[in-house]
Amino acid sequence: MKKTYKITSPDGLHARPTTLLVTAVTSFESEVSLTYKDKTVNLKSIMGVMALGIASGSVMEVSAEGPDAKELLDKVTEVIISNGIGVEC
Amino acid sequence: MLEINGIAVSNGIAVAKAYCLKEPDLSFEKVKVTDIDAEKSRLKEAFKKAKLELEEIREIALRKFGEEKAAIFSAHLLILGDPEILGAIEAKIEDGWNAEFALQETSNMYIEMFEVMDNEYMQERAADIRDVSTRLLSHLLGIEIQDYSRISTDVIIVAEDLTPSLTAQLDKTYVKGFITDIGGRTSHSAILARTMEIPAIVGTKTATRDIVQGAPVIIDGTSGKVIMNATEEVLNEYMEKQKKSEEERQLLEQYRFLESVSADGHHVEIAGNIGKPEDVEMIIENGGDGIGLFRTEFLYMDRQELPNEEEQFTAYKTVLEKMQGKPTVVRTLDIGGDKILPYLKLDHEMNPFLGYRAIRLCLDKQDIFRTQLRALLRASIYGNLKVMFPMIATVEEFREAKALLLEEKQKLVVEGIPVSETIEVGMMVEIPSAAVIADLFAQEADFLSIGTNDLIQYTLAADRMNEKVSYLYQPYHPAIIRLVKTVIEAAHQNGKWVGMCGEMAGDEIAIPILLALELDEFSMSGPSILNTRAQIAKLSKTEIAVHLEQILSLTTANEVEAYVKKNLLK
Repeated sequence: MKKTYKITSPDGLHARPTTLLVTAVTSFESEVSLTYKDKTVNLKSIMGVMALGIASGSVMEVSAEGPDAKELLDKVTEVIISNGIGVEC
Repeated sequence: MLEINGIAVSNGIAVAKAYCLKEPDLSFEKVKVTDIDAEKSRLKEAFKKAKLELEEIREIALRKFGEEKAAIFSAHLLILGDPEILGAIEAKIEDGWNAEFALQETSNMYIEMFEVMDNEYMQERAADIRDVSTRLLSHLLGIEIQDYSRISTDVIIVAEDLTPSLTAQLDKTYVKGFITDIGGRTSHSAILARTMEIPAIVGTKTATRDIVQGAPVIIDGTSGKVIMNATEEVLNEYMEKQKKSEEERQLLEQYRFLESVSADGHHVEIAGNIGKPEDVEMIIENGGDGIGLFRTEFLYMDRQELPNEEEQFTAYKTVLEKMQGKPTVVRTLDIGGDKILPYLKLDHEMNPFLGYRAIRLCLDKQDIFRTQLRALLRASIYGNLKVMFPMIATVEEFREAKALLLEEKQKLVVEGIPVSETIEVGMMVEIPSAAVIADLFAQEADFLSIGTNDLIQYTLAADRMNEKVSYLYQPYHPAIIRLVKTVIEAAHQNGKWVGMCGEMAGDEIAIPILLALELDEFSMSGPSILNTRAQIAKLSKTEIAVHLEQILSLTTANEVEAYVKKNLLK
């Protein structure tokens, strides 16, 4: 299962949004990865996500696999939208 | 009673109990292991302990310092919980390495990755990883590390040296001063102390060995003296001094947000001298009107190779952004003389101060110079940049340097990279030849800045590093005052402004004279800014102008000093 998002927060996927996202997905059982510009990292890895340096205006894909994949993706959408991090494409 | 001496790097007096920071010995052997599972469970155990510890510290931090400080430890917890990091360490253990080595290899990989990023924020993340890794390592080795966040009474910190990650954990309300074994005026601890406006003494060599945990300590940040277990008499004397200096500081405080203006309404600019991007904080904290001298040498020193364009760009951009549009004068590379770069492998010279240095070197090694100019031009759009060339002796040198700047600018424009259109291009006046023909320079340069340290040494032909001739370092020598007057008048006749970025600009005796000569910008070290602003606020330019003719007719430096003390110090 995957969803695509466009990052709209002016500083891109910086410290605070990254922290929020990683914290939100950590408690789920499913595997979750984030793909940006041909690079894929584990969304549960704060260092992995920060190392991507995702800028404002760019598009990223989140894909989840596992028993609670749907719930996980719903949570990601909720965190992204309610914190003004970005929008779903 | 025990006395230790060091280098005084931040003024003030403090009396409090010593808190010694001891760096734990976290050395270990790199060994091959056979029981992989046992090694993995050792690692897991260390992670578990570190997690509990961090959760506790975060709670304390939240209660004591609030959300912002606690966030540091939340970030550490997230790093600790990062499955990729744990996975990478485990993979190294599976290769047969012990947990300590596997941890160090992995954290070094991440530290290197973040340190090279073109972004201050990301570079700081390297420090976070280092902290977490140190914590894990201490648990693996069964060594307890000190928890600085639990300090809850007034202390004077005694350490070998202070690291940025360590100071982030200190509750600054309880820290009254620093004493370190190593370091100099520009070390992290010195800068931090000046920013915090607490006294500090560095380079004591033996403080961590001699000072006992919890012992009462006096530090005098003006004389560089540290006194442990003082007698009651000495203690009272310092308590009195401390009270007085605190009162003086309070008085100066009111000038922080005021304009720099004399009693009769003459405006000047009081700016700061900096050597590193982080020094900007100190200038802002002291209410500086701008940066009058950003020495860029630091970027080139204490390293093995030349800094690249990106690295320089980031440094200049940081400074310009932090100054938020206030004038920022950046001096291009001034290397040579007493400042040497081993990796440039320059020939040894008989007279380095009269030799191959600063602009002379830059005009010869143009690739080095062009890289710096490009970095500066790219950064120019982030603030109010003014570029200044050092050690200009002839008009040709200035023209050539400026032409290179314009060439690099043109190249950037062609590449489509934005460059500011309003960069002023000026020069240092520190060689007597330049001072004498300042009128000719003022027709071509946008501003002149008088570098008094070198101007005095070259005018009086006295090596300022040679103690035997130090009596010739005379800022009030009539020749110096006349040269300064010549430069200021020449610039003003051509509609240009003049600054001064040597020690003299913040000198109590020189200030009234410089004000009367209509110097436009006084640039000095951060802690001198408020003193200078307060002094100028009490002086009337018109009143001093009456004395000017008299001062200019005096014969010796001593006469000038005595005259100013008698008539112009209020």
